[in-house]
Amino acid sequence: MQQVTPPRRDPAPSRWAYRLNRLWLTPLFRVLLRTGLPAFCVVFGAGVWLSDQGRRDDLGAAIQNLRRSVEERPEFMVKLMAIEGASAELDEDIREIVPVDFPVSSFDLDLEQMLQTISGLDAVKSAHLRIRPGGILSVEVTERTPAIIWRGPAGLELLDAEGHRVGPLQARAARPDLPVIAGQGADGQVAQALELVAAARPIAHRLRGFERMGGRRWDVVLDRGQRILLPEGDPIPALERVIALDGAEDMLSRDLLAVDMRNSARPTLRLAPRAVEEYRRLQLIEAGATNG
Amino acid sequence: MTDLYQSQCAMRRMRKQAMDRGVIAILDVGTSKIACLVLRFDGTDRFRGADGVGSLAGQSSFRVIGAATTRSRGVRFGEIDAMNETERAIRTAVQAAQKMANVRVDHVIACLSGAAPRSYGLDGAVELADSLVSEQDIARALASCEMPDIGDGREVLHAQPVNFALDHRSGLSDPRGQIGNRLSVDMHLLTAEAGALRNLLHCIKRCDLELAGLASSAYVSGISSLVEDEQELGAACIDLGGGSTGLSIFIKKHMIYADSVRLGGDHVTQDISKGLQVPLAVAERVKTFHGGVVATGMDDREMIEVGGETGDYEHDRRSFSRAELIGIMRPRVEEILEDVRARLDAAGFEHLPSQQIVLTGGGSQIPGLDGLASRILGQQVRLGRPLRVQGLPQAATGPAFASAVGLCLFAAHPQDEWWDFDIPAERYPARSLRRAVRWFRDNW
Repeated sequence: MQQVTPPRRDPAPSRWAYRLNRLWLTPLFRVLLRTGLPAFCVVFGAGVWLSDQGRRDDLGAAIQNLRRSVEERPEFMVKLMAIEGASAELDEDIREIVPVDFPVSSFDLDLEQMLQTISGLDAVKSAHLRIRPGGILSVEVTERTPAIIWRGPAGLELLDAEGHRVGPLQARAARPDLPVIAGQGADGQVAQALELVAAARPIAHRLRGFERMGGRRWDVVLDRGQRILLPEGDPIPALERVIALDGAEDMLSRDLLAVDMRNSARPTLRLAPRAVEEYRRLQLIEAGATNG
Repeated sequence: MTDLYQSQCAMRRMRKQAMDRGVIAILDVGTSKIACLVLRFDGTDRFRGADGVGSLAGQSSFRVIGAATTRSRGVRFGEIDAMNETERAIRTAVQAAQKMANVRVDHVIACLSGAAPRSYGLDGAVELADSLVSEQDIARALASCEMPDIGDGREVLHAQPVNFALDHRSGLSDPRGQIGNRLSVDMHLLTAEAGALRNLLHCIKRCDLELAGLASSAYVSGISSLVEDEQELGAACIDLGGGSTGLSIFIKKHMIYADSVRLGGDHVTQDISKGLQVPLAVAERVKTFHGGVVATGMDDREMIEVGGETGDYEHDRRSFSRAELIGIMRPRVEEILEDVRARLDAAGFEHLPSQQIVLTGGGSQIPGLDGLASRILGQQVRLGRPLRVQGLPQAATGPAFASAVGLCLFAAHPQDEWWDFDIPAERYPARSLRRAVRWFRDNW
């Protein structure tokens, strides 16, 4: 009789199925196959693809393009530079030393470098840079205010109250309001000079300037070639004394060459040669009168 | 002898290796089913019971994480008959258990029920060199046992020291460190047919598994189904399997006798098949659902339908009463039990202080068997189920799994065997490097 139902399938795994099953249950093999193999494929594929120089360049260019396309969005573009707190001259200087051709992407601006450049200017005390919304590079500058004129080896220069150079000066007449200092090491003693200027206010109409003598003491130079030789220590009281004498006896309007205050115990006047002659003549007259 | 020692030591090493790895498989190759359990050991004795609380027969340290059963093929009388078929069945069971456990198993402990086990009681005695008993003395005592003639083509399966006596004191379980002059030992030797063992080894090897232990099925079902006091006071465990019936006698927690009767549930099925003219599968089903050994008046009225596929109406629509079925089954079951009785008598079971008999194995589920058994075997008969072990699926808790569960316990806490002790130095071959090393270790 013919068999109606096919023979039942053998439930036993074949030898190879059994071995593969056991292999699959091996933890190390499993980890290798599940993570090791895909990782290897990815790395190997990427390596093969990148082994060609042209593809590598293309990839670099594509990345660069993508980067540029983000950087050059209008949100990130800087269109102009606004400088605040600077005089017209300084404004021009800043625009000159910070050459940025607008519009430029804010990613390309090296604000740190620009800040250093601007702060490097003599006339700039401090500066702040920031990019304001709307694409404006805003430069806020605090200028140094010139407090004194220094006649240095390179000509007239403006200094601020701390002795820092502000800028050159073409002519003394351009800034008649500022006092002049000169001499060796004068630019290092601006603070003391300013104190002297303040003390010399009563004789300001006659004041020509201050000269640092031998790098250690001040001479006050007045018009008509007069000088007040101040001591090394405590020059201000000495100057005040001279001014007081002048106020009391109108001393400085006389024919003096110098008032020597270097030794405070023995102030000395140096008369002009003609005045000396005159003084001698008068003494002779006085003596003659007495004698005759 | 040295061969046996080496191979058994290799198996012990394999078992230790498996313990270190933490996963080991249990393979019960039976006539009707092949069961595979995967055990995971959570470190060595993580659970240490407090004083007086045992570690629950050593089973708390392992857990069954995979279990699979498949119908056995190619096994007859508990011995491998068709190697390829058995190999495929083992593969099926192991793969299913591995899938459930989700872990790869490399080491397996197996048991087999057939192979005509034969028990020998040996004794040996030595005079102690110094009065303190050391491991070396025990090894010497074990080695002094006279090896009986076990016959050609037989291998030693178990060789367990069951009793130590020191001078006049007997019944010591562990004489190490005790003081005396003469140490004598009783050893139980279980041998089996080498051919059957070799076939099983070969099958397991062909499945890419390493054998980490081999046990007799009668012994391991005794471990799992006898409760502690039964093991202590004396009891026999009768494992009614498919192709063979194993029996083991325990006293003082040691097996002292094991044997097997080459009759089992399959013979009952064959009887039904022949007597009722039905296929074996139908006979098996009828036996399982309607079988019994004690007929009552009710059974005459309970008719059992058996289908058929011959196309002959008369043949396909037959039915018979349960009483007829019982009439077929009972003589065969009686025969099995009579055989067991004969073996027990031969072993001197009636001299034991307690004569508890525990029936286990798949055949013990026949209704009314305990009544029949108590008539044949003695009054103290009970049906035994294997110990409950952690993680065992419900489907594998029946008496048919007694030997599988016993193997788990055997794997967790093996009994000391003869090969667990070092060979005494004088037994080593001359000029052995090991012997030189030992001499150095002993003298320096």
